[in-house]
Amino acid sequence: MYGKRLPIVDAAGSPAAQASGGSTHTKHATFEYLTTRKDELVGWARKFSLFPYPFVTACCAMEFMAVSASAYDTDRFGAALPRFSPRQADLLMVVGTVTQKQAPILLKVYEQMCEPKWVMAFGVCASTGGFYQNYASLPGIDRIIPVDIYVPGCPPRPEMVIDGIMRLQEKIANGRHPIVNERF
Amino acid sequence: MSLPVLDQLQQHFAVASRGIQHGVLVFELDPDALVSTVQQLRDAFGFDLFLDVTAVDWPDAALRFEVVYHLYSTIHKVRVRLKLRVSGKAPVVDTLISLYGSAHYMERECHDMYGIRFRGNPDLRPILLYEGFVGHPLRKDYPKQQEQPLVPYLPPQGALVR
Amino acid sequence: MSASPIPRPPIANPVSTSFTPSRDDTVVVNIGPSHPATHGTVQIIAELDGEKVVRTDVHCGYLHRGFEKECEDHTWHNLIPYVDRLNYCSALINNFAYCDAVEQLMGIEITPRTRFLRTLLAEYSRLADHLTCVAAQLMELGAMTGFLYLVTVRDAMYEHLAALTGARVTYSYGRIGGLAFDVPDGWFTRLRAILTEYEEYIDRVHGLVDRNRIFIDRMRNVGVLSTQEALHWGFTGPILRSTGVPRDLRKDTPYLAYGELDFDVPVGIKGDNYDRYFVRMREMDESVYMIRQCIDLMPDGPINVDDRRCVFPEKELVYTEIESLINHFKLVMEGPVVPAGDIYVAHEGANGELGFYLVSTGEGVPHKVHVRSPSFVHMGGVHRMLDGYQLADIVTTFGSVNMIGGECDR
Repeated sequence: MYGKRLPIVDAAGSPAAQASGGSTHTKHATFEYLTTRKDELVGWARKFSLFPYPFVTACCAMEFMAVSASAYDTDRFGAALPRFSPRQADLLMVVGTVTQKQAPILLKVYEQMCEPKWVMAFGVCASTGGFYQNYASLPGIDRIIPVDIYVPGCPPRPEMVIDGIMRLQEKIANGRHPIVNERF
Repeated sequence: MSLPVLDQLQQHFAVASRGIQHGVLVFELDPDALVSTVQQLRDAFGFDLFLDVTAVDWPDAALRFEVVYHLYSTIHKVRVRLKLRVSGKAPVVDTLISLYGSAHYMERECHDMYGIRFRGNPDLRPILLYEGFVGHPLRKDYPKQQEQPLVPYLPPQGALVR
Repeated sequence: MSASPIPRPPIANPVSTSFTPSRDDTVVVNIGPSHPATHGTVQIIAELDGEKVVRTDVHCGYLHRGFEKECEDHTWHNLIPYVDRLNYCSALINNFAYCDAVEQLMGIEITPRTRFLRTLLAEYSRLADHLTCVAAQLMELGAMTGFLYLVTVRDAMYEHLAALTGARVTYSYGRIGGLAFDVPDGWFTRLRAILTEYEEYIDRVHGLVDRNRIFIDRMRNVGVLSTQEALHWGFTGPILRSTGVPRDLRKDTPYLAYGELDFDVPVGIKGDNYDRYFVRMREMDESVYMIRQCIDLMPDGPINVDDRRCVFPEKELVYTEIESLINHFKLVMEGPVVPAGDIYVAHEGANGELGFYLVSTGEGVPHKVHVRSPSFVHMGGVHRMLDGYQLADIVTTFGSVNMIGGECDR
């Protein structure tokens, strides 16, 4: 479902050879098996240890507080402990409107995060700009950084956020997790 | 509302007074008379809280900008509104930072949004906008959607991979 | 996982580095705009002498989303959702202040039931706002239990408000000339239950922090503000009251139904962080007291005035009567006709004086909407509370100011 069509990148960041490429045809069957199992294992581990960096700006912060508090409790999904240093986080939650003035800071935070990293656009303002279509606000954070999951709503209900986290986990579990290079 | 202080004020500033509109006493002032009037309001009539300064853009008027001040008295519990007209070419009014500290930020905002210079305010850096923003967004001739991005945009991403 | 990095040109810094140290033995430290201690996005550039703050420069505007420009492009009705997102902790107070301003400009007197319902809901919102502020402040001091207690109560209130308005945070419930709809059955019963629950939880928080040594050491005599200074720098609301001035618009110039209610205005002693915390806690108790009075005094009757200039006709009539259909069409397409003129109406928001300055030219679209937002003015004077204290005190002082980004930067 998710992630099957995602581009596979090697360590240098360039797109890796697809399955139709020359080298993978000659791969040994056992090696294929091991690679797949490795992806499953790493995906399983990664999806339950999401350390979010809350990039909290606006109204959605109220719902972010509710999501992380006891009633909804994202700890159940392994995504509770907010890391306030981008270098320790692997899920960037952009919570609220990002304005033109804020955009360089968001980009800097994103660039400081280590791979693997995922981005959640929390709320409709982060997803598309919402009903702020004017000189000041950014029309969606995907104009400056890649986004993995969009949670619409103004602000989204906590259930929607939890659904977003679960879908992101599904995406992580089904994705490729190259550790050394494109082959492994 | 007919508080004694309002009657006193209307008599004292009889030339400028425009009467009580929706519970607020309104004065229309000459820009030169601003500082002295506010000084009198603060010292003699107890208007100790500087509420607000903003501007209204009337693009067709001869004097384009109307700078609007609101003051409040915590003793008498009344508000006054001061209005000045300045031209659109080089709008300048005197600053009030010597009388009220809160004027610092509000004048900066008004300068940001309308380009009105406050003579004597040393710190008119952008506050809601950013360095390098050209123009004044709340002027009527600034298009609402004219963005000035600091970060170049990526091409639009594909739909959610699903 | 992300795609390959894209080469970009160097990015401009939105804040110029004009802040130079005043002495040669000090260090300049940048805090924010994305910092866990600054709830909301604000940047504080502090000059430090060791651990002591010598001078600070506070930058805001990172959440400037063009509210006022957006207003000039929408009809008077369509502004209500934008108004909600100013102070998103207490969206209903913004709603009612804006509606009150438009109604006064149009010369409309709202019905008694709406008056009391608005008062009740405004106090309910104030309760939620102060809960959020105190919870965030406690969390920043490391008192996670207090945060969880308070957010639990707030969540019950959000769900309860969602049962009334359909949204948890941003309600868009006020209408010009009334409210969106009446209260559903059993809402007041649940309200009483939540207030009882609130009292139980707030007792626990009082027990946890009020006489806690760490809490007092962090809060007492930190961020002290004198009355004169507070007035000079334009502080209003709980911050001004914490310096000992009982200035409260609900008492001074009663609006809505506040003139008919019995309540006190809590004041502090010397305007430090502890006083601000305690003023907020006491105000919440007063709010609960007022909500209970409102429930008892709640009159029956319609919630919307019968004024075709601004109130939408019944949906049933829109489908059956041509006059109502045209009325509805005109209200949606052209907006309510507000007489030409300007007005400044202020309500006591959760943070201070929340004023709306509206200018109408007699059309369905406002010529100008300006918000006198308390948070923005507070940001102009907050350096008076930060200078001279320790670096770590910035966190507590900033928490007690309760800066709300949406309201501050608009």
